[in-house]
Amino acid sequence: MAASEIISGAMRERAADYLTKRHRFRAAEALPWLIAIAVFFIFPTRMTFGSQVLVMVMFALSLDLILGYAGIVTLGHAAFFGIGAYTVGLAAARLDWTEPISGLFAAAIAAGLVGFVTGWFLLRYRGLTLLMLTLATAILLQETGNLRSDISGGYDGLPGLTFKPLLGIFDYDLYAHTYYLYVLAVLAVMFYLVRRIVYSPFGQALTGIRENVRRMHAIGSPVHRRLVTVYTIAAAIAGVAGALFTQTNAYVTLTVFDFDNSAKVMVMLILGGTGRLYGAFIGAAVYMVLEDYFSKLSPTFWQFGIGLVLVLAVLFAPRGILGLFERMGSYFAERKRS
Amino acid sequence: MPQVANIAVSILFDGLAYAMFLFITSVGLSVTMGLMGFVNLAHGAFAMAGGYVVVTLTRSYGVSFVPSLVIAAIVVGAVSVVFERVLYRRLYKSTDLEQVLLTIGLAFMAIATATYLYGPIPKSVPLPDWLQGDINLGFRQFPSYRAFLIVLGAALIAVLWYAFERTNIGAKIRAAVDNRRMAESVGINVDRLFTLTFAVGSGLAALGGGLAIQLLGLSPSFAVLYLVLFLIVVAVGGLGSLKGTLLAALVLGIFDTGGKYLLADAGGFFVYAVTVVVLLIKPAGFYGRE
Amino acid sequence: MTAALQVERLNRAFGALPVTRDVDLMLERGARRALIGPNGAGKTTLVNLITGALKPHSGRVLLDGEDITALSQADRARRGLARTFQINQLFRGLTVLENLCMTIGERDGHCDNLWRSAGSKREVIDEALGYLDSLRLTDDALKLVRELPYGRQRLVEIAIALAQKPRVLLLDEPAAGVPSSESHLILDVVAALDPDIAVLIIEHDMDVVFRFAKEITVLVQGAVFTQGTPNEIMNNEQVRAVYLGQEGHRGGHHG
Repeated sequence: MAASEIISGAMRERAADYLTKRHRFRAAEALPWLIAIAVFFIFPTRMTFGSQVLVMVMFALSLDLILGYAGIVTLGHAAFFGIGAYTVGLAAARLDWTEPISGLFAAAIAAGLVGFVTGWFLLRYRGLTLLMLTLATAILLQETGNLRSDISGGYDGLPGLTFKPLLGIFDYDLYAHTYYLYVLAVLAVMFYLVRRIVYSPFGQALTGIRENVRRMHAIGSPVHRRLVTVYTIAAAIAGVAGALFTQTNAYVTLTVFDFDNSAKVMVMLILGGTGRLYGAFIGAAVYMVLEDYFSKLSPTFWQFGIGLVLVLAVLFAPRGILGLFERMGSYFAERKRS
Repeated sequence: MPQVANIAVSILFDGLAYAMFLFITSVGLSVTMGLMGFVNLAHGAFAMAGGYVVVTLTRSYGVSFVPSLVIAAIVVGAVSVVFERVLYRRLYKSTDLEQVLLTIGLAFMAIATATYLYGPIPKSVPLPDWLQGDINLGFRQFPSYRAFLIVLGAALIAVLWYAFERTNIGAKIRAAVDNRRMAESVGINVDRLFTLTFAVGSGLAALGGGLAIQLLGLSPSFAVLYLVLFLIVVAVGGLGSLKGTLLAALVLGIFDTGGKYLLADAGGFFVYAVTVVVLLIKPAGFYGRE
Repeated sequence: MTAALQVERLNRAFGALPVTRDVDLMLERGARRALIGPNGAGKTTLVNLITGALKPHSGRVLLDGEDITALSQADRARRGLARTFQINQLFRGLTVLENLCMTIGERDGHCDNLWRSAGSKREVIDEALGYLDSLRLTDDALKLVRELPYGRQRLVEIAIALAQKPRVLLLDEPAAGVPSSESHLILDVVAALDPDIAVLIIEHDMDVVFRFAKEITVLVQGAVFTQGTPNEIMNNEQVRAVYLGQEGHRGGHHG
């Protein structure tokens, strides 16, 4: 064999390996989960807050599918969170249905259904048009809830919800320990699903749509169908996050549909880093922790701070915190090589 | 006047005044987005800043209302040029998302600053006598302030229309909105054009903010609360179109006012329903380019 | 025998400006046809109409006898119609290998699968590597497309089109933008294309045209000016005047 053939042969194997092994779990991936479990032991009095952080991680993860992987920018993702939240809330308040796990399934189905229908119509559009359409849809859902505030509780919400013990066994103690582990377990399941999707051929097609949708059309990809599929799945997951929100807060109001919520989750995801799954973890955790600390100090200071962070992030760290880690990593790798 | 007709006239009148406010504040956003494709979500903050400048001038320095409006427009317009040169310029080639995030960040900073300086409670301004009370138009009375808003709006529309359609600069702007690369290749300095339109647009937004104090109330959250509305007017009207912004402002202004008159709480519904219907049928808005 | 591609009286205008006027075109199996014409003649527009990126105002496009005029771009691609773009349309943030695997995945419907890992189908990877081998891109397999020099990116553009296993291939100025030191890579690939594929190539470089084409269609102001073999076109006075005339003068200056 000629030398060039040997080299090409080696290259082929390397290339094939890269693709066949990419989906395997890496050791570093255990880190966020270890941290989450450590928090359970180190901060036993902050479990309610911890649950809220995990809920937002799930919410941001669902957005990453649409924004990070498929490259679709929307302003109405809170709509699905809200639907999930209200499915559980209304079932508990009006139908006396308080079993938590079936509530999650119902929320996922309801939110997924709305995601499917709205996605089918709206994902034909892009840019400002799509931003406005998704924003208007979320607000319309909110206004619909407001119309029948006798049912929905309006902006005052549905207070004092109670839920049956988890699996009939685990009851909810005052410090919400059970809740935290419950949300963590659901998050783990959701994450596993999202991770499989992202590493599948479908997930590959999503990145193709993000990178060059024109090319996707030209190679025969059914782009609209792919987008509606991922939008539906993301909606369902956001719905589960909303359902957990209601269950852990024992309370839900129409403010879950606020544009503020859609913007907040987008900021979290982008600060963490889009299109890399763990950006949702870092972004949501960092944002929530900082918000908790600073807005207690001074809400005005917090608002100024988050605005400043956004500006600095766009100018200097457009790939988010994960992007900074990546840059540091490659910097050190360069130095090691030289 | 018969009751139904009375209500209809009220809706039209108030809706028209509201539409004038929407037009004045949004037209700058429409033209800058159509011209440079730059998504400036700090536009609402410029409007808010204009409002607070008017508040300071009238309450702390005794300047009369109308001159304050003019000064606020000029000051904010001038300051916006600094933002454009120093910050925005670097993002013209960036993605929409990055522009959204940067300008939202600026808006947050502006809101926090306004809260720090003026507090979160809505402010009012002293109005001259001729703007208070009602004006009698023969068949019924109308609030003077809103009448003023309508007249001012009409005058600005005439001036802007003339500038857009009949002057050299207007022609250049229209050409650049239509096809930027071609405009540049025939020697139009689009960058400078953009700075000019951006300054005028921000100045008009400040004017709108000052006018909004009496109409809608001014608090720091004005910057994001009404931003959604401005974006809707721009999207529904079509980017870069004066006609489109006006038509969208009229349609949305009157529908919103009518909705709130007739259905109180549920009234806010209509603006968003109209938006969805229009954008589904004409995704680029009334007069937008496909 | 049915033609691989048939275009019948295709018409399209942008506003008041007609850009494609009553165009008839035919590609038999194994065709090697060049589409030439002065700038602004509407060559790329015609390709866009054939591939479905644009809809005509009237006329038909038939692929192997099937009327595909109402079909979307993606539907036509799935029926064996592939194209390259004048300016590369690649997945720049992905590796060369992923660009190819994605194409094959979409072609065979693998991308409908949400569960399996993308790398688990070894045949896809091997087929992709096969295309890279034939275009001498194997060493670049794991490089991000945007890191490659333009000439090699152009090869990836062609590789993607070939990976679609097309029956009809439309190449829009395949050597455009490629430095002359590298353009032979492109031209060798074009010359070595499967003889069964019907190929239409838009080109400005007359050397390439005469080397590659068995037939030529000349497009002027959106309408077919004339068609014929390379020799016929070379000796056609009117064509020289309209198009080749400019080339001739330039050739004269360079002596």
